[in-house]
Amino acid sequence: MKADTIIEEHTKKKFNVSGNTIQQLLAFSSLIVLVLFFTIASPNFLQTDNIIGIFLSTSVTGILALGATFVIVTSGIDLSVGTVMALSSVMTGMIVVNADLPIMVGVVGGIATGAFCGFICGLVITKLKIPPFVATLAMMMIAKGLALVISKASPIYFTDKPNFSKISLGTLPGTSIPYAVVIFFALGIIAAILLSKTVFGRFTIAIGSNEEATRLSGVNVDRWKIMVYSVAGLFTGIAGVIMASRLNSAQPALGQGYELEAIAAVVIGGTSLSGGKGTIVGTLIGALIMSVLTNGLRVLSIPQEWQTVVVGVVIIFAVFMDILRRRKE
Amino acid sequence: MNKLLEMHNISKSFPGVKALSDVSLDLNHGEVLALVGENGAGKSTLMKILTGIYSKDDGEILYEGKPLQLTSPKEAQEMGISIIHQELNLMKDLTIAENIFIGREPRGMFNFFIKDRKLNDMTNELFEKLALKLDSKTKVQNLTVAKQQMVEIAKALSFDSKILIMDEPTTALTDSEIDVLFAIIEQLKEKGVGIIYISHRMDELKRISDRVLIMRDGQYVDTLETKTTEISTVINKMVGREIFIESKPEKFDDNEQIVLELKNVETMKQLKNISFQLKKGEILGFAGLMGAGRTEVANAIFGVDRLKKGEIHLNGKKVTIKSPAKAVQKGIGYLSEDRKHLGLLTDLDVKTNIIMSNIEKIQNFGFINENTSKEIAEKYVKQLKIKTPNVNQKIKFLSGGNQQKIVIAKWLLKDCDILIFDEPTRGIDVGAKGEIYKLLDELAESGKSIIMISSELPEILRMSHRIVVMSEGKITGILKSEEASQEKIMELATAYQA
Repeated sequence: MKADTIIEEHTKKKFNVSGNTIQQLLAFSSLIVLVLFFTIASPNFLQTDNIIGIFLSTSVTGILALGATFVIVTSGIDLSVGTVMALSSVMTGMIVVNADLPIMVGVVGGIATGAFCGFICGLVITKLKIPPFVATLAMMMIAKGLALVISKASPIYFTDKPNFSKISLGTLPGTSIPYAVVIFFALGIIAAILLSKTVFGRFTIAIGSNEEATRLSGVNVDRWKIMVYSVAGLFTGIAGVIMASRLNSAQPALGQGYELEAIAAVVIGGTSLSGGKGTIVGTLIGALIMSVLTNGLRVLSIPQEWQTVVVGVVIIFAVFMDILRRRKE
Repeated sequence: MNKLLEMHNISKSFPGVKALSDVSLDLNHGEVLALVGENGAGKSTLMKILTGIYSKDDGEILYEGKPLQLTSPKEAQEMGISIIHQELNLMKDLTIAENIFIGREPRGMFNFFIKDRKLNDMTNELFEKLALKLDSKTKVQNLTVAKQQMVEIAKALSFDSKILIMDEPTTALTDSEIDVLFAIIEQLKEKGVGIIYISHRMDELKRISDRVLIMRDGQYVDTLETKTTEISTVINKMVGREIFIESKPEKFDDNEQIVLELKNVETMKQLKNISFQLKKGEILGFAGLMGAGRTEVANAIFGVDRLKKGEIHLNGKKVTIKSPAKAVQKGIGYLSEDRKHLGLLTDLDVKTNIIMSNIEKIQNFGFINENTSKEIAEKYVKQLKIKTPNVNQKIKFLSGGNQQKIVIAKWLLKDCDILIFDEPTRGIDVGAKGEIYKLLDELAESGKSIIMISSELPEILRMSHRIVVMSEGKITGILKSEEASQEKIMELATAYQA
């Protein structure tokens, strides 16, 4: 049949490697180049201790970024993750130190706090129809305030609970790999499976790609969006617990700014802010690029102020590369 | 046997508007019922009620003899009522298979993991049944518009629909693709599926439909047997007035001055060796199938795409047009086919839209001179017969035809001598089309040169002094008005040149 052949020809022409793959290769090779550069520039860079340090410092932002990836793929944004993370830390501290309950209860409480905040954001966004930017901006302030109110504006120290810091700083038996890093990668794998293999992930991409079409396909968009923000909140809660454990204290005022680092990692990893496109592997690489940069510059004794400047430039560079690539397509 | 579908005395109001009053419709098994009417006649509202997107205020729906009460599009689909919307409703970042079975994907563990292999198998099975050759794993964003349409159709059919509603399914399709679509429709008819077919293209109704239901201003007008009905009768009932008869343009004087000439132009975007001349006061039609490269020619002239090779001459002088802004400075105006997104600010009023591209000229120290802009806007509203209560009306409340006129006004104000129209009457109803045609004729007579890209052959034939036909990024022929015919154009448009 003539029409068939016409259709077939169209299909052949358009066959090429998917955009995500290219972006990931690009991000990954940038990471390799950075590592090579710092290795040559300083003998101190490629030391086991330093590498582990890089992974450890990536873990908190990285976990936040994993959750943020889902939100950004729906073409949403979550500005609240930084301060919600602080609130989660404080909740864990209150439960473990002030209420003297078992550590496990504190961990669950902290994570639940994050998930609950995400759930509320999701509700506000879907039911009150407030744009994600505004809804999560409000949540950012609410969480910031609550963290200070609950903790009476002072840090909570876990000094009497020596096991608490082991959650992140204890190492895998026989190695010097801290649990925080293990948890980070485990969450990375879970997130990757969630996004690519499950109904949840499929709807996340569908919503970001064309929300109205997804709705008309009979998908309960509101419910899945609430889920997405809740899952992002859950990751935030986990990050809060890890953070508290690493510092051996819950710092109510520490958190703001992390949301932007998380978003930066996601964006460097090739996830588009306009939604629909994004991968977890990309986000992991994005997060690593950020900490390799900061770490490498520090090893080279470049002042911290300049490190921030460089990260800013890198964000523009990464996104520009992405735009260039898309233009070619 | 019961009728497949009966809708009795359906009424629906929106705040301030009565969208439907007392509309009735019936559909038999294995029948194609064409639903026609000008834009705003209420066709879409009626279909949205049938598919559960809107709820009706009044009336009754019987589906296979039983009353039907729908609350969501999903419910409608499950009951066997599917709709293919006019704007494609696909998720471009997902694959074909993922799109077709979204919300119904075969699930594995915990009812949470997706069985991707099974999903692709199901899709391929469906394609086999429909004799479509598409790769289920291709991302939809990599498909042509026509094939995205095929995906939509496949999706609707995957529900085992008993009623299939198609809202202008052929707008983006080429002729051969329309053939495929119609073959599928015939297949469905044999299976007893009832099809409601909405279209502006009268020739299609003759080919595919059994009966035609005509609506006007939210009201039922008539239902006619297609076989025994003349198209002109349908159009008359649609518009409620006589419509002008198709004609060819007046003969054009070949000796007019050449205002624009392209010489062997090539761009990154598939254009190869494009050469043609545009003369003063000429309407040059660009015909071709989807993806032939017509819009790309416009982009090359308008400075959107860089030239890889070749030259552009304006009034005999070689020019380099680096950006749309430069093109406008040189007196070239471009009216995109996508008015809503690229041509207009629909949330703003008539006045602002008209003066938008000329705002520097009517400002004092950064303040817009309200009186001058109002005067200018009113002048064009009068000149182009734009139907609006006043110049402060937000243009999203105007019809497609009037919106198009505002875009034209914008470019006239800019004093452009060369105007490029990309699908000037897309989405504009039959009555308003005639007015746009008249306007283009007048513009050409007043000395403006016009490039008109159009996918509607009658429109090309009716308007163009000469017709450039393109295929696969190349010009396959340039026809004079008197030697052109639908057959000749189609022949050139499907010509493949190595």
